[in-house]
Amino acid sequence: MQDGTEIRRTEFLATDDLQTLLDELQSQGYRTVGPTIDQGAIIYDEIESVDDLPRGWTDRQEAGKYRLEERDDDAFFGYVVGPHSWKRFLFPAAVTVATAERTDQGWQMRTPDHDAPRYAFLGVRACELAAMRVQDRVFLEGAFVDPIYQQRRDRAFIVAVNCTQAAATCFCTSMNTGPRCNSGFDLALTEISGGFIIESGSDDGDDILERLPTQPAEDALLDQAESARQQAVDQITKKMDTDGIRDLLMQNLDHPRWDDVATRCLSCTNCTMVCPTCFCSSVSEVSDLTGDHVERQRQWDSCFNIDFSYMNGGVVRNGIRSRYRQWLTHKLATWHDQFDTSGCVGCGRCITWCPVEIDLTEEVAAIRQSTTDKAPERTDEDDAP
Amino acid sequence: MTSAAACSATDPWLAHSVTIDRVIPETPGVATYDFVFTDDNVGGRYSFLPGQFNMLYLPGVGEVAISISGNPADRSKLPHTIRVAGNVTQELARLGEGGSLGLRGPFGASWPLADCAGMDVVLVAGGIGLAPLRPAIYDLLANRDRYGRLTLLYGSRTPAGLLYTDEYEQWRARGLDIQTTVDRTTDHWKGNVGVVTTLLERLTLPRPENTALMTCGPEVMMWYTIQSARECGFRDDNLYVSLERNMNCAVGLCGHCQFGPEFICKDGPVFRYDRVTSILKVDDL
Ligand SMILES: Cc1cc2nc3c(=O)[nH]c(=O)nc-3n(C[C@H](O)[C@H](O)[C@H](O)COP(=O)(O)OP(=O)(O)OC[C@H]3O[C@@H](n4cnc5c(N)ncnc54)[C@H](O)[C@@H]3O)c2cc1C
Ligand code: SF4
Ligand code: SF4
Repeated sequence: MQDGTEIRRTEFLATDDLQTLLDELQSQGYRTVGPTIDQGAIIYDEIESVDDLPRGWTDRQEAGKYRLEERDDDAFFGYVVGPHSWKRFLFPAAVTVATAERTDQGWQMRTPDHDAPRYAFLGVRACELAAMRVQDRVFLEGAFVDPIYQQRRDRAFIVAVNCTQAAATCFCTSMNTGPRCNSGFDLALTEISGGFIIESGSDDGDDILERLPTQPAEDALLDQAESARQQAVDQITKKMDTDGIRDLLMQNLDHPRWDDVATRCLSCTNCTMVCPTCFCSSVSEVSDLTGDHVERQRQWDSCFNIDFSYMNGGVVRNGIRSRYRQWLTHKLATWHDQFDTSGCVGCGRCITWCPVEIDLTEEVAAIRQSTTDKAPERTDEDDAP
Repeated sequence: MTSAAACSATDPWLAHSVTIDRVIPETPGVATYDFVFTDDNVGGRYSFLPGQFNMLYLPGVGEVAISISGNPADRSKLPHTIRVAGNVTQELARLGEGGSLGLRGPFGASWPLADCAGMDVVLVAGGIGLAPLRPAIYDLLANRDRYGRLTLLYGSRTPAGLLYTDEYEQWRARGLDIQTTVDRTTDHWKGNVGVVTTLLERLTLPRPENTALMTCGPEVMMWYTIQSARECGFRDDNLYVSLERNMNCAVGLCGHCQFGPEFICKDGPVFRYDRVTSILKVDDL
């Protein structure tokens, strides 16, 4: 995997040859993971062949709603994003981080030799590439490195897919994360009629591309790809004004809007589970029957769980108001302090999967609105010398 | 504030095997546990700074964050002063001397002792909050000539709750002014009664603008201490607090200990007051 990708080669791959990409990846030892339909949603799972892909299906999304619909064409990647994100493969929902064994000399602790599969991810969208970069900062670029994430990330091969349509919940353009895949991939596809424009962005990508039965990407095909990508841009209607958002939120920790959202939010944790950047976890003890062998299991946790902030026999965030505020201010404000980036990539999952249709962009807009109502906007005269 | 590298550079989840060497009962429900590493090599490499903490791990029971309460210069001991609070601390008390457990650390930012050279230093502790300050006391007294006046103001709910009382005489002899106070008095108590901030307000401070204050105790106590100190003329950038939140990984990867923009485990637990001023009094943050 290469970062700071520059597109090195651009070719055309015919629809009927998409399977050769999977074959090539599998023959190089990768476990191929991609979109597939399960229980009425497009999720990410291991796939064997292109027949597992959600060909001819699309997803329709709005706040609190998600449904699959048949397309009037045979597009492989004619959907947006579903409830899964790639974090489930890089930062597994449950994993053993350490073990303890009772011996005659007392407890012996070990960390397992992680031997993660080499995954090839097929269908990574621009916002998801951005989400990986966000989690890289969390797990790899601080004082301590998470060895589990590191190994999985290092080994992964990424086939990105440029969006050619957008959902009503998408706002990647506001977060500067998409919809175009500019970097962070080995290969990137743009689906057009009859096939794909395929770009390589790394040595590994070049290597695979070399082996595929591609044809030259003629100008007419490139134009088609460009307008397919433009269609996604044109379809994005949701916006979030991120101007000064850190200070806006941190200066409004006592805003009445937090009370308002607390009457709606169920603290169900859905938003944190579907979010591709949320990284909170808890370790629990799993003993065998003898109690002599213990595994320390790390599981995804959520700031919406009540005991998440347990301390001294009490709970710090003992109300939905403070838990929602923690989630939103972390995502959009304090993430900047901690990791020098926003914690939100604008994928819209938390909006779609919220059972009560809470939309973070509206919560932010409400807070912004009330503060601009109070403080009149700067006029041109303020700028006069 | 500086922090030493943790003893396991490779995997933050690797705990080292330690044995409880000695248990020293301190006050009701509180004892000091001295640990030795099973592997001498690990013990030989281990060092900590005043104010840092370890994660103590009881397999099958759980893991807790505990400050190191010993002398950073004395490599032969690694004491932790622990109050029985719930599952893990109870089980630790039951283990007793010879018991085996795991230890990860040291973690977190330390008291800024090096930055206080030439200054007067006031330590303000409440209850078990003296434990993470004791390494600072050892360090200050070991380098006594580097500092001006050294004062410890220590409050406890009851006289029986005062920690390390048998060391006070020696500390006083070496140049630490110690004043104690209790919330509730008992028959034999002849000392101060009242909150620890009254001790601070009564203190003669020849040069408050050149005096550092480090405090550890219940959050409200620290808050009022800081407010008194500011009224006494301390500068915000000379005030330090040690904060506590739920701790799971201790290395900034699990999200539990967040306090606004801060991770208590790696940005703290010791913070300069002006870094956390704006968030200290936000409800339920
Ligand atoms: C940086 C730091 C330093 C500390 N230093 C000391 C010290 O020197 N001496 C001392 O007696 N105590 C100290 N504590 C508090 C100590 O960590 C808790 O009292 C202890 O975790 C309680 O665990 P328990 O299982 O006995 O109690 P329970 O109430 O049964 O707690 C259940 C579980 O909650 C989890 N938990 C995580 N963080 C906390 C927390 N902050 N408080 C309570 N539970 C928590 C633990 O996994 C714990 O096992 C410190 C805490 C922090 C954050
Ligand atoms: S906060 Fe919502 S929109 Fe932003 S990255 Fe997470 S799930 Fe996507
Ligand atoms: S915002 Fe919605 S998805 Fe998130 S916890 Fe609240 S109810 Fe659940």
